[in-house]
Amino acid sequence: MDNNNEFEPKIVAFVCNWCTYAGADLTGTSRIKYATNVKIVRFPCTGRIDFMLLLKAFAGGADGIIISGCHPNDCHYTSGNFHARRRWITFRHMLEILGVDVRRICFTWVSAAEGAKWADVVNDNVANIRKLGPYKEYTKVAQYFEKEAYNEQD
Amino acid sequence: MSKIEEKAVQMLGGDVKTVLGYEKGSKGTRPFFCHTTEDAAKLVYDENASTNLAAYLVKQEIKDEGKIGVCANTITLRAIAQLASENQIDMNSLALFTVLDEGKGDVKDFASVDDINAYLADKPLPDSEKYDNLDKKLEAMTSEERWTFWVNEFSRCIKCYACRAACPLCYCTRCITDVNRPQWINPWPSPMANMEWQVNRVMHMTGRCIGCGACQNACPVGIPIGYLSRKMLVDMSKEFGYIPGQAMKDGNSLSTFKPDDQENFIH
Amino acid sequence: MEKRYINKEGLSKWFSSILNAGKRVYAPVRYEKDEKVDFRQVLSLDEVADDYVQTTMSAKAAIFPRAEVLFKYKSEHKGEMTLEDFNPDNVPETVVWKMRPCDAAGFISLTDILNTGYEDLLYKTHLDKTTLVSFSCAKADDFCFCTSVQGGPGETRGSDIQLTMLPDGGAIAEIITEKGEALMKLSEDAFLLDNGEDKAKYLADVPVYFDIETLQGKLKDAFNSDIWKEQSERCLGCGACAYVCPTCACFSIEEDPHGTQGARLRCWDSCGFKMFTQHTSGHNPRAKQSQRWRQRILHKFSYMPDRVKDFGCTGCGRCSRACPADMNIREHLSSIVK
Repeated sequence: MDNNNEFEPKIVAFVCNWCTYAGADLTGTSRIKYATNVKIVRFPCTGRIDFMLLLKAFAGGADGIIISGCHPNDCHYTSGNFHARRRWITFRHMLEILGVDVRRICFTWVSAAEGAKWADVVNDNVANIRKLGPYKEYTKVAQYFEKEAYNEQD
Repeated sequence: MSKIEEKAVQMLGGDVKTVLGYEKGSKGTRPFFCHTTEDAAKLVYDENASTNLAAYLVKQEIKDEGKIGVCANTITLRAIAQLASENQIDMNSLALFTVLDEGKGDVKDFASVDDINAYLADKPLPDSEKYDNLDKKLEAMTSEERWTFWVNEFSRCIKCYACRAACPLCYCTRCITDVNRPQWINPWPSPMANMEWQVNRVMHMTGRCIGCGACQNACPVGIPIGYLSRKMLVDMSKEFGYIPGQAMKDGNSLSTFKPDDQENFIH
Repeated sequence: MEKRYINKEGLSKWFSSILNAGKRVYAPVRYEKDEKVDFRQVLSLDEVADDYVQTTMSAKAAIFPRAEVLFKYKSEHKGEMTLEDFNPDNVPETVVWKMRPCDAAGFISLTDILNTGYEDLLYKTHLDKTTLVSFSCAKADDFCFCTSVQGGPGETRGSDIQLTMLPDGGAIAEIITEKGEALMKLSEDAFLLDNGEDKAKYLADVPVYFDIETLQGKLKDAFNSDIWKEQSERCLGCGACAYVCPTCACFSIEEDPHGTQGARLRCWDSCGFKMFTQHTSGHNPRAKQSQRWRQRILHKFSYMPDRVKDFGCTGCGRCSRACPADMNIREHLSSIVK
């Protein structure tokens, strides 16, 4: 791993239990080595992922986010990922309007058989976020009370 | 007697206890609950009112009062159609009418949502000219500049929730901001908490928003939140192929899906 | 109380000396894209807005911030906890510049609530470290009704210094309190002898709309009146009125936890919200808007004068201007009096 610069990205991955989580499991059992910067949060289905959670992840200090689930037509609950896809299209557009850095959010479909793909997704993301740097713009705003910034402005 | 006064007097003589419309106020028109035939003379029609009367029709206190007459302009009609499609309004509890030709013509009654949709079919969304400059300005900015712009705007928000109160489609009896286990929306007015609130509000409005601008008019500090709702309304209508502002019988854009929804960012 | 005259150059010099003394200055600033004027921190006299009647928000955030940290906590090891309490030294010396007499009077009511009987440390710290410079009003609009609530466009109650602008760009300066005197001393030679101008010539005309004592009398028996429902029908329960008001002090205590560390905050709240009086039992004594509207009026015009001898309203008119449903408090009060 390239450790020339000190910045180690913190990435949160929101994944569905039946496909991506199982896929990530397979990556492990296949002994594929991949970056360790990702903290996985397991959901029963991508349809359960509330868009607010992504904002909470950034506010909590995440530099990047991965969201992953079953391929369309393969959802364990039939249509959860279809709803999720609609939601992501809408939300991503909203984020673009607001100027949130959508390059830091990666949406993928990773099935339970795609252990190798998961490793690639993670490695690519870590490399990408390393290039983009820490998401200072977001955390600065989130830490309003840390610096008692309210005393500086109305 | 104006047409609207005539209609109100007629209704109040029947089974309607209140006629909801507009009256002249301190700054343009304001909502008016007319209970007596004497007061009916105060009713005026206002196509460009800054408040949406439908916001009152979802309040339990108003619903408990029984049948209510409503003199609706176009935005109120849109909201009522949307609310009826979401099962929040019982059309039988309303005696709904409008005055054609922006208030200068005859009275027209509406008995059902189909009546409303037929009437609205050729009506455009409310004018969005006031947002056009902002849109151009934001399109020309980089992502970082947009972020700075919005953080600056949201630092002014005082979390008064006037936007929520003025919107007819914001009717949850227990709003997400009132939930504190877990705390989705931090209730204090820090720029981040303010932004999270607006993201949540606009996302919950997407596909349901009728573009009336009541939220924008209600904001005491003038943050361009109406721009956000309106932009999402129009952009997503193109994305998902629905007519903006028209109530959909089989569900809103975020509660439905198409198996072949297109996107270019999922790997 | 001392009356002096300060000319245009003197004003500029004094303002600079205030900034140079390291004081944080809040003044009305106009936003570029619309006409709203609001208090912001300023770094020069040029930033201060001109030619407006009233700011949207009051100046109360200078002394009673919208959200304030009461304390922070951190638990690094199990069973241990470090507490970082509110530190008065972190609060900067502040000057609120160009508020109106109604804002200054508002601080008196606010102090009655937050600093009388029990002294709230946070409020007291801010209050002690803030100097209030008000400008008398040359203009008023239909929403102003200060003269109906024992106020006026040239009232000095609550101000540390009051300036009345003159046609030559200078001002009549009334140094009212010791704090005002200390602020004046930052540039004492800018303050020349009283030039004999009469302040009354430059004040706006604000008609008296109702008699406050009659109002109080009527309110004593009004608890069960139908008038509350009549008046509150168009109220949306949004909360804007309480937030823009210079005297509204209702607050909520909120938690901002992040695992093993966090903060407890105090932030503004409004009695107009339905959930304001929601009990954990599920009962809500003010479930109807009419009950909440009644509370607002009785609190400001009946309960407060009974308990602290001051009204909870200074007639600034901000609530009426901000209200999306045009509740217009002055209209309602006048109709109660009739």
